[in-house]
Amino acid sequence: MAKRSAPEVNAGSMADIAFLLLIFFLVTTTIEKDSGINRKLPPIEELEEDVVIKQKNIFTVLLNGKDQLLVEDDLMELKDLRAAAVEFLDNNGDKSCTYCKGLKDPASSDNPDKAIISLKNERETSYAAYISVQNELVAAYNVLRNRRGYELGSKEGFKDMNFVEMQKNYKDARFVGNKVKLKAVIDQIKLEFPQKLSEVQ
Amino acid sequence: MSKFKKKKDGGTPPISTASLPDIVFMLLFFFMVATVMRENSLKIQNALPVANQVEKLDKKNPVSYIYMGKPSSGYEKFGTEARLQLNDQFANLNEVGAFISAERAALREELIPFLTVALKVDRDANMGIVGDVKQELRKVNALKINYTTGVGDAMTNMK
Repeated sequence: MAKRSAPEVNAGSMADIAFLLLIFFLVTTTIEKDSGINRKLPPIEELEEDVVIKQKNIFTVLLNGKDQLLVEDDLMELKDLRAAAVEFLDNNGDKSCTYCKGLKDPASSDNPDKAIISLKNERETSYAAYISVQNELVAAYNVLRNRRGYELGSKEGFKDMNFVEMQKNYKDARFVGNKVKLKAVIDQIKLEFPQKLSEVQ
Repeated sequence: MSKFKKKKDGGTPPISTASLPDIVFMLLFFFMVATVMRENSLKIQNALPVANQVEKLDKKNPVSYIYMGKPSSGYEKFGTEARLQLNDQFANLNEVGAFISAERAALREELIPFLTVALKVDRDANMGIVGDVKQELRKVNALKINYTTGVGDAMTNMK
């Protein structure tokens, strides 16, 4: 019997099929957002003894129902909040903080460990405004931590790396360098500028 | 003389489309790999605000999502105020505790302390409902939260 070669399959419509699938995936794809501001809520059990905090160590930020910002009972624009918070945290009133560069104003916070930012909001406050304020307050902490990161980093062998980059590098698997040492630096900075941000209602 | 007659010019040669399927397949594979199927279909509006001091949500740890926002079109009967959505349906505040318990029950025991609750809240929602949810989360001791935001200039939120 004469051998017949198998007829070739026509691949001309392959592109059409692929296009169909492509369009389906194009339409269904939603890139999920997975970034955000991490916060820790305070546990609910009330402490027995009332901790006494000096009024000068508290930086009150109130966001009222009309999205107006009241900082220490004064009206303030959102863009000025970051600088004001940095000034408060970095103040070093009792001169115990060796790495602070603040004004050493005795009427403001004692040191970064004692300084607390208290963020209050009302029920009518819009979420967008609240996030903006949260963002600025986190930014204030990051400004100080970054500054400290440059100082410590050059000492510890992580030159030209600020705090945010340090954290990113620590999570990055491709980072070449001493991660144990990096972690120690990060932890030290976190300890020196602890994020004490309370959300009250 | 016809020997030297110029060949008739048949215009430009057609472009070969033989590699078209390859290109399309390449794109197709990209989108197939990048696609994350939505876990929940949203019944609310959920335009997230933006911030620039964001951290990546650590996917190694378990994450539960709580959505808040105005009911979207087609669900107007649920009102115009921001509502809470858990999984696939509208929920009341007192269901938050049960939701977290259910999420925890589905986890391995050693992961339970690392459960993060991601709050996906519409930018136009007000803080009342968010505060209530936070209070509920404190009651069930789910203290690690994350305000999920987009990346961008936070000053643009206020407009």
